[in-house]
Amino acid sequence: MIGTYEVISVVLSALVLLGIKLMSSPKTAVLGNRIGAIAMFAAIIVVLIYNGIIDMPLLWIAILLGGVIGYAIAKRVKMIEMPQMVALLNGLGGGASALVALVEIYEKYPYMTTFSRITSQLALAVGAITLSGSLVAAAKLARKISQKPIILKKHNQISNSILLAVAVFIILALFSNAANSGTFSIVTALLSLTYGVFFAIRVGGADMPITISLLNSLSGLAGAICGFTIGDPLLVAVGAIVGASGLILTQIMCSAMNRSLVDILKGSQLNNSAQAKKSEGKITAVKRNEESPEHKKTPAQLLKEAKKVIIVPGYGMAIAQAQSYVKELYDLLESQGKEVKFAIHPVAGRMPGHMNVLLAEVDVPYEKLCEMDAINPEFAETDVVLVVGACDVINPAANTAEGTPIYGMPVLEVDKAKSVIVCNLDTKPGYSGVDNSLYELPHVHLLLGDASETLKKLIKSIEQEEVTLSSKNNI
Amino acid sequence: MVAGILGYKVIKEVPSLLHTPLMSGTNAISGVTILGSLVSTAFAVSLSSKLLGFIAIVLAAINLIGGFLVTDRMLKMFKS
Repeated sequence: MIGTYEVISVVLSALVLLGIKLMSSPKTAVLGNRIGAIAMFAAIIVVLIYNGIIDMPLLWIAILLGGVIGYAIAKRVKMIEMPQMVALLNGLGGGASALVALVEIYEKYPYMTTFSRITSQLALAVGAITLSGSLVAAAKLARKISQKPIILKKHNQISNSILLAVAVFIILALFSNAANSGTFSIVTALLSLTYGVFFAIRVGGADMPITISLLNSLSGLAGAICGFTIGDPLLVAVGAIVGASGLILTQIMCSAMNRSLVDILKGSQLNNSAQAKKSEGKITAVKRNEESPEHKKTPAQLLKEAKKVIIVPGYGMAIAQAQSYVKELYDLLESQGKEVKFAIHPVAGRMPGHMNVLLAEVDVPYEKLCEMDAINPEFAETDVVLVVGACDVINPAANTAEGTPIYGMPVLEVDKAKSVIVCNLDTKPGYSGVDNSLYELPHVHLLLGDASETLKKLIKSIEQEEVTLSSKNNI
Repeated sequence: MVAGILGYKVIKEVPSLLHTPLMSGTNAISGVTILGSLVSTAFAVSLSSKLLGFIAIVLAAINLIGGFLVTDRMLKMFKS
């Protein structure tokens, strides 16, 4: 039967979808986000009225308390901390779903249909995995725990057995009386929490974007399953939207790295072959740039004479907090009438779109931020590519070095440019552990060290270059 | 299901430029589970359930409000 509530649910879900649709362009995105928010708050009011619980002070206290906390952290968080913030919030959503499922199980188990019993257990498990997985991911991103994958002995066996145990306890809970099912549910929750930790702890730095979008998807899924338990169509619909969105992002990230989701979750392929590569790839990157006059020019001279410059930012820019210097350099080059663009690899940084947010924060116009497929053909006609803290996403070895973890991964083809300036901390391999063959090419200049410092110096020497040039002209 | 498929279509069109706000936006929306927590807390009988439900509402509200505000802040930075 279709009642008023169902109609309202459809309308509100449509609003949420409209909101997301508007988020596909920077011009309408702010509006889109607000429409989504308004739809959500409308949904809360509708649910309160529909269930005749709008006058319960307890509910309002909880909403207010959460709202104030949410407001406080949202206002205070720095853009640089955004990945862990998203992970944290995501975990809370998953946790809330798990708790709802638990309450439902405690209160209504004897009267539940088998379907609700199954869904409530699933919501509990998925919510708990999301909670602990996201918290671990947030801690990793905040560098509270090591960013390296932590892999225990028999990691796979352990986590698979935990998952199996979760399944067993869910089934046990389904076929037992109310009192026992409560206990079993607690066990399920605890096991799921443990699984979440196991799942997230072995994912390392550069695979984080994928993990986060996957967890995002899971939190939506938990909400949707929760909606089935309670029989709330709005919750189901909106949860499904979020689940789907997370899944797509995950898919995009995976294909950008040319790795399957399973590989990343296992974390195995990466480590084995990375070690193999390290031993064979020991050609040091010292002997270079002595032949042609082009190669003798200083980076500042190169930039000064360039007509077209592409800047490639990476996670190193985020660590060194160098985005404001990048912008300064960008302004300087633009003011000299050069064409400057940014090339953003889909998995640069630690979450989808990480670089875009950092550059937007320092007011780089978003039209200048180009996606990989759009910008790759342009490298050949580019005079200077400036790499700021990126390694794996520009490694030409991805096209040639068969058997390495990054083989086949689409990369930014910076080596095709006339000159490349690399402002990285060191020549150590990036997250993938594969030596970057780019560093050995004759037209590549390395400016090693903290990217902020390097850029400061670079900006200064370009400015001096300008002074010397103009003084020469004056004479 | 329908919502999921529609969502899939809509999100496919979002450029990677806006993936972070998209993620934090949908993340905020995943706080929709607050609806469930409101209902089950309101009708919970035992004190422990009420307490759990209360925590659930608080968590979901943080997710919801924090998520939307953060997304708003991020999106405002995208200027041409």
